[in-house]
Parts: sequence; C-alpha cells; structure tokens
Amino acid sequence: MAEEIIQVKDLKVHYPVRSGFWNRITDYVRAVDGVSFSIKEGETYGLIGESGSGKSTTGKAIVGVEKVTSGQILYKGEDITKESVRRKVNYNKDVQMIFQDSMSSLNPRKRIEDIIAEPIRNFENLTTDQERDRVQELLSIVGMPSDAIYKFPHEFSGGQRQRIGIARAVATNPKLIVADEPTSALDLSVQAQVLNFMKHIQQQYNIAFLFISHDLGVVKHMSENLAIMHRGRLVEVGSQEEIYKNPAHIYTKRLLSAIPKVDVEHRAEHAARRREIEREFLQDQANWYDADGRVYPLTEVGPNHQVALPKEQIRGGE
Amino acid sequence: MDNQQNVLLDVEKLHTGYRLQGEFYDAADGIGFTLKCNEILAIVGESGCGKSTIVSSIVGLYDRKNTRVEGEIRYKNLNLVNLSEDLFNQVRGNNIGMIFQDPMASLNPLMKVGDQVAEALLYHTDMNKQQRRDRVIELFNQVGMPKPEAMYDMYPHELSGGLRQRVVIAMAVACKPEIIIADEPTTALDVTIQAQILDLLKKIQKESDSGIILITHDLGVVAETADEVAVMYAGQIVEKADVKTLFTHPLHPYTRSLLNSIPQSDGDKDDLHVIQGTVPSLKNMPRTGDRFAARIPWIPAEAHEVDPQLHEVEPNHFVRCTCWKTFHFQDEG
Amino acid sequence: MWKTVLRRVLIMIPQLILLSIIVFMLAKMMPGDPFTGLINPNSSPKEIARLKQAYGLNDPVPVQYVRWIKNLLHGDLGQSYIQHVPVASLIADRAQNTFWLSLLSTIFLYGIAIPMGISAGKHEGEWQDRAISVFNYVTYAIPGFVFYLLGLWLFGFTLGWFPISGTVAANASGFWGVFFSRLQHMILPAILYAIIATTGTVQYLRTGIIDNKVEDYVKTARSKGVPEKVVFNKHILRNSFLPIAAFMGNTITGLLGGSLIIETVFSFPGMGKLFLDSISQRDYTTLTALIMIFGTLTLLGNLLSDIIMSLVDPRIRVK
Repeated sequence: MAEEIIQVKDLKVHYPVRSGFWNRITDYVRAVDGVSFSIKEGETYGLIGESGSGKSTTGKAIVGVEKVTSGQILYKGEDITKESVRRKVNYNKDVQMIFQDSMSSLNPRKRIEDIIAEPIRNFENLTTDQERDRVQELLSIVGMPSDAIYKFPHEFSGGQRQRIGIARAVATNPKLIVADEPTSALDLSVQAQVLNFMKHIQQQYNIAFLFISHDLGVVKHMSENLAIMHRGRLVEVGSQEEIYKNPAHIYTKRLLSAIPKVDVEHRAEHAARRREIEREFLQDQANWYDADGRVYPLTEVGPNHQVALPKEQIRGGE
Repeated sequence: MDNQQNVLLDVEKLHTGYRLQGEFYDAADGIGFTLKCNEILAIVGESGCGKSTIVSSIVGLYDRKNTRVEGEIRYKNLNLVNLSEDLFNQVRGNNIGMIFQDPMASLNPLMKVGDQVAEALLYHTDMNKQQRRDRVIELFNQVGMPKPEAMYDMYPHELSGGLRQRVVIAMAVACKPEIIIADEPTTALDVTIQAQILDLLKKIQKESDSGIILITHDLGVVAETADEVAVMYAGQIVEKADVKTLFTHPLHPYTRSLLNSIPQSDGDKDDLHVIQGTVPSLKNMPRTGDRFAARIPWIPAEAHEVDPQLHEVEPNHFVRCTCWKTFHFQDEG
Repeated sequence: MWKTVLRRVLIMIPQLILLSIIVFMLAKMMPGDPFTGLINPNSSPKEIARLKQAYGLNDPVPVQYVRWIKNLLHGDLGQSYIQHVPVASLIADRAQNTFWLSLLSTIFLYGIAIPMGISAGKHEGEWQDRAISVFNYVTYAIPGFVFYLLGLWLFGFTLGWFPISGTVAANASGFWGVFFSRLQHMILPAILYAIIATTGTVQYLRTGIIDNKVEDYVKTARSKGVPEKVVFNKHILRNSFLPIAAFMGNTITGLLGGSLIIETVFSFPGMGKLFLDSISQRDYTTLTALIMIFGTLTLLGNLLSDIIMSLVDPRIRVK
C-alpha cells in the first residue's frame, strides 16, 4: 500500500460577506466547508464538482495560494497551511499546479525556455548548459520538438500550450500536481493527447495528481479514487468503481445520470432514468440536506466508500 | 420520407471564405445539407472545423467586408446567401431563432431580461407594450422559469446560468420561428443544467414542429439529442447519417478516431486514442485531395480519392472519400 | 441606496478633518506671515505685535486650529489679510464666475468629446479614427498654459474675436446685454479648456464602443432582427457610456484644477485665479479656505461618480 502524500483534514475556506450600514461582516460564503480526504503517492485523485462547488478553491488551498480559514493540510506530517512551514519542508517545490487556461497562465512575453526554466531557477542551482538540457528533456517528455524553446506561448496551439504547462509543472520533480480542469478548454482529440501525457509522466516519475474537473468521463478515465463535492462539502468519496457503479447519494446519482452518453441505442432508457432520478431528487431533496442546505457528514457505507447520508438513513442501516 | 414539403432549409454548395491579408480562404468549403421540420440536425466537429461559419452564413451575422459567401441557402423561396441587411433583419428572430453558447455574455448586462425578450417581439409583431410583456411572461412560463412575472424585471447578473440560458431560449422562440439554431447551447453550463436545457429544446421543438440545427463539439450531447448528424473536418462535411447509424456504424476515419478518443470507455485504463498531427489552420488547409489524409499517414495514398466526394454508401449515410474502405487504426496493423 | 450615500458622506467626515489638519499645518509652516512686506514698513514692532495679538496669531497652534474649524463650521472663513474683506464673500463672488465657466466648459467638453469618441469607435482604424487619435495625442501632449496662451493670442489679440480678459464688458447694460457679454468672455476659455480635457472621455468612449461591438449580446440583438442603427444606439453605445459616467465626477472636479491656469491666463476673476493670487500674496486665510473647498468638492465629485455609476449599472446597484 502506497503511503499518503497529503492529508486534508476538515479544510475550511470562508469568505466574509459584508453588509449593513457599518459594512460589518454579517455572514460567510462557505466556499469550502469541512473537507477531508487524502491522496496517496503516485495516484490520481479525482475531485468532481459543478461550478461553485468549491473544488477549485480546495485545489488552490492545497497549493497554498488560498488563505485557509481552518483545518489542516498535512504534508510529510507537517501542517502546511502556514507559509513558514511550506518553506521549511520545500513544499512549493514539491507541489505544482496546472491551470485550465494555458494562454493566461503562461507569460506571453517569455520564451518557452524561460517559462519552463523558471521553477528550476527558483529551486535548483544549475549551470546554463545543465538547465538547457533539463528543459529539452522536459519538452521531449511532453512530446514537444526541441526548437520549441525559442518560441513564445502564442505560437502554439491550446493543446501544445497545455503540454508546456505540464512540462513546467514537472520541472521541479514534484511529488504532487494539482490539475484544475486541465483539459476543459481543449478539443476531444487534443484532450486525449494531454491526458495520455499526464499518465505517462505519472508512471515515469511517480507523481500524484489531484485532478479537479467537472467532466465525469475524464475523471473516471484518470483516477482511482475520487470525491464528489457540492456546496463546499464532500458528498461521496471512494474508489472510482464503487462510485460509478453504486452511487449512493442523490446528488451523485443525479450528476451521473446527467452525463450525456454516446450510447445511442439506449438513449431513451438513459433519458427515462435521468428523469426518474430528477423526480426522486425533487421529492427527497429535503432529506439529503440539512437546514442550511448543506450535505451531512460522511458515513462509511462499504470498504473505501463514504457517503454524506442523512442521520435517519444511518440509523436505518444499523 | 423525403417529403419536399417538410424541408425547412436547403443548403447547397455553400462556400464561406474569410479575408486574411487580402485573400479569401474558405472556412466552409462546399457544404450541403437539408433541415426538415421536427428534426434536430447536429453539426459536430472540433474548433476551427467551420461549424460556426455555417451558422453565421445562414443568419447573415458576418462582417460583410471581410467575408465572401457563395452557394445557396434556400429558406422557402428565399436564398439567404448575400441577402440585404434589411431582409435578414426580417428573417432573424422571426423565422430563425438563435441560441448562443455563453448565456451570461449573450444578454445585455444593463437591460432587464424581460425587455430583452420583448425586443424580439417589437420588430416582428404589432403587439403593444402590455401585450409584449404578457407574451414574455407566457414565454418565461413555457421555458420553465419560476415566478415569470418577477423574472421580467430581473437583470442578467441576478439569474443563475441555467435561468439565463432559459431567457436566451425564450428570446429565440419568442416569434415562433420554424428554424432554431443552437450554437453550443450547453457548453458553458453544468451537466445537470445541460440535461435540463436539452430537454427544454426538445420540448419546444415538439410543441412547434420546428427544426433545430445543433452546433456542438460534444459527441455525448449529439448522441442524446440529435436525429441527424453531420461530422465536419477542415471546412467539409466528412460523414452524414442518422444518429443511430453514425454512432453504431461510423465509417469515416475521422469519425471513428474521434469516437475512440472519448474518455468514457468502461473500466479500461489504457491510453486514449490520439489523432496524429494537428488540425490545419485556415490558411494552410489542403485544398486538394483528402484533407484528413495527413493525419492517417499509414493509409496508402491510393486509398484516397483524388478529389474526395461525399458518397451515399447506404441510404442516407454519406461518407467523404473512399479511404474508409481500407481504413484501420495504426495499432490494428 | 440612500443608506450607502449616507455612509459615504459619514466616511467623508474623517477625510475632511484630516485634510483640514494638513491644510492648517501647511499654512502655518509657510515662510513669513501675512504682515511681511505689506503693512507700512514704518510700523513699530509694537504695532505689529498688537496686530498679531488681535488676529490671534500668538495663541498655541491647537487653539488656533479649533478656532478656525469652529468658524469654518459657522460659515466664517475668516478675514482676508490682504483685501480686508471676509473670505466668504470674496470666494462667493469668484465661485459664481468659476461655476459658470466650469458649466460651459463641461458642455463644450462633452459636446466635443462624445461625437469624437463615437466617430472613432464606429470607424475603428479608418481615417476618422486616425485623425481623432492624432488630435488626442496633440491635445494630450501640449501643456495647457501653452495652448491657452496660443488660443488667447490667436483668437483674442490677432483675430480679435473674443475679449482677452475679465468677465463682462464695462459698457454692457440690461439683463441680456450683461448675459451676452459674460458669455462672450467665457466662450474662448471654456472651449480651449474643453479641447485640452477631451482625451480621457474620447478614449474611454472609443475603447468602450470597440469592446462592446464584439460582445455576444450585440450578436444576440442582431439575431433578434434588431436593425443595425438600434443595435448601435441601444446596445453598443449605451453600454459604452458606463466608463464615462463613472469618470464624470472626476472630470468635473478636474475642471476646478484646470481653472487655476485658465483663469490666470485669461485674467478671469474666478476661484482658480484667486487661489494663485492668494499664494503669491501669502493670504493664507483665503488659501486654506479655498483648499478646504476644493478638497470637499473633490470628495463630493467622487461620491457623485459612485452615485451615477450605481444608477446606470444594475450590477453595482446597491439595494
């Protein structure tokens, strides 16, 4: 059993809402509201959610670019929610990020060589020649030609830029890469290429991925374990097979049934099933959420499968 | 079945070119299809394949100075190609309704959503202000918006993405158009909302017997909603068939490759299929021979037609070029 | 809405107090006192000491400050040491002149800038746009006083179309006679000032139109069959006015700053000229009062901008 590389414990990120005459804090937006999960070395952990679910905020908190309200993020046994700790354990070198929009995440005025070399320069002392060799090596890993180093980001297509982003993320030999919607801006055939490269790199360097996406098909393809997030909390956590085959929470079911499938012959059945679940969702909705509209804490329902069951259901199962 | 009376839109030999540094390059290069009433025709392809060009040619939403449109787009006894701006304005919103990708961007942030829908009625009906308001509320009801009266006076930023797209749909169908063109209508939406919006489109189509042209890159959406499908690559339609045939019995190498690159295949963790090379840019698009040939180099040149045509290989199943007969994936040897 | 306005006004209080302290301290630190070089050089030191005592200049600074503030709140801006009249009446006179000049300038400013901005935005990259951008560069680069002096020389001295100083001709009589004479005196400075100040407004409007032209909601409007003219006026232009509305308060307070130079060049007895005169004459009661007024007007201008903005843009409308 591989070791856990990162543990997120009861993570909360709240933003204050100001209102009233004195503009005082009257409420909080609970973007992330008590999320716990852990990622093992070299695995891909999927984090699924719709817009506004808090999945990106969770990712940013893990990379350390979002201020954490409470909770812990343990890396090598240390809580890295404090900047001083991050520096001490070399966290910023070991954990990298890949963004959705490769155009705006690469500096348009820098050449590819400098873009990829930047993290190396920050963390390692290499001679110019060594550095160039390293950049060439990284580019070849993501299948880019060696003359790419002299070019600028706009000279590449979206898929190529995303691969450059991956090369940059890999440059420091990280242990974990947080990938926030890395392929949602890409065409299908290009997405396939980028996903393949991600997998190859993972196998080659034993990197763990936190794969954040709204696309259940992509997450299913990429990850062994996954969590489904909704309104700042986790709705269902477990192995990929368990969740896709035996979804237990109404929200998970609804999400899964809503994905369009390329299975034309059964499309009437899919539609019927989707409508049935939608009906069930509308009927039972109140049972699945607490008074504030949030989901309940997770309960173990099987090996490697936890669901945010309402209290009555837990008792019913015992 | 091929009842001519049912044909709403008949596109033939459509060439739409954009001016780049003084020269015109065709982004839609010899497009032909028909849209019948009660039909959802999906045009599917990756970015840059020319699918949105077709839409802008049909409704005349292009920059007249830098666009060249040739061919025929017959709507009733009107040829929409190079129609005058005035005539286009009579057709748009009235006979053809449009739905765009991003519901936030496609609504004017400074106008009440109700007024934006009413604006469509202003130019195509002789309703007075109150009648328009009533009709908008009726439309809001029809597209499933809660509290339609209150919704009228809301501004776009006060609505969720799903509700905004419902407003856009209400706008498109306000004058009961026979043709609805939906350009990536759900791409910016969450999956659960996407399902609802697609259901709504289908419902509206059934109620009004209209024909829908659905432009999308999402094969899943096509499989779940379309009746007929046209697959586009590099400005041309490479395969056209009814939805069932296309997904169960795809023939063109591009269609087959695309279907293979969907990350949905159950359980297996192998590599996804990757199409070699990249989509050619508009300027560098090969204008002779099979445009997809460069991306399947292991298929011998003899397998391709010199001037690839769309062949009807079985009733209502069209495939471009003859290379499909000998096509195999590279790893199939 | 009104709550927000009230809150903003309340926030202005500490800002004004801070401003008043700074202004007061600066005035105190200025070299010399108001008597230096002005009263009879033969006055005995005793006489000067008596005057200082009478004007309260020997009191501790905080006492002087509190007295000044108290009087300020009662509308008593003090006594001008130089002109020997209450500052309030001195300013009231000049304020009127400046107000009318600013109003006329504003009308000219928008009258010139808006058509130019629309034309440049509509014809992006064409000759109209290029001509306007040349105009913009020139008026932006040229120093105000050079431009005013040139205008004064050309239209005032050489061509003699406009009077070169003052607010009204000595021989003007009757309501309309005075009205037209006043107008005649203001037109040249107002136009010259407006021309120099157009750059920001023209650029905001131009960029707004160019940006909004390609927005999706404009495409949506066209897809509804809305005629192109209406699309432009109702969807593109209206939305492009947002930044101008936001900038309006600043533009108007900017006029006050501009009045310093233009009023001096045209010997136009307004607040700007009074300001410069008070500096050179070390008339610091007048000076401090003017700075307080300019400061207050600037804060009010910002507030006005925010109020206009929340009126025209529903996205930032406060409930």
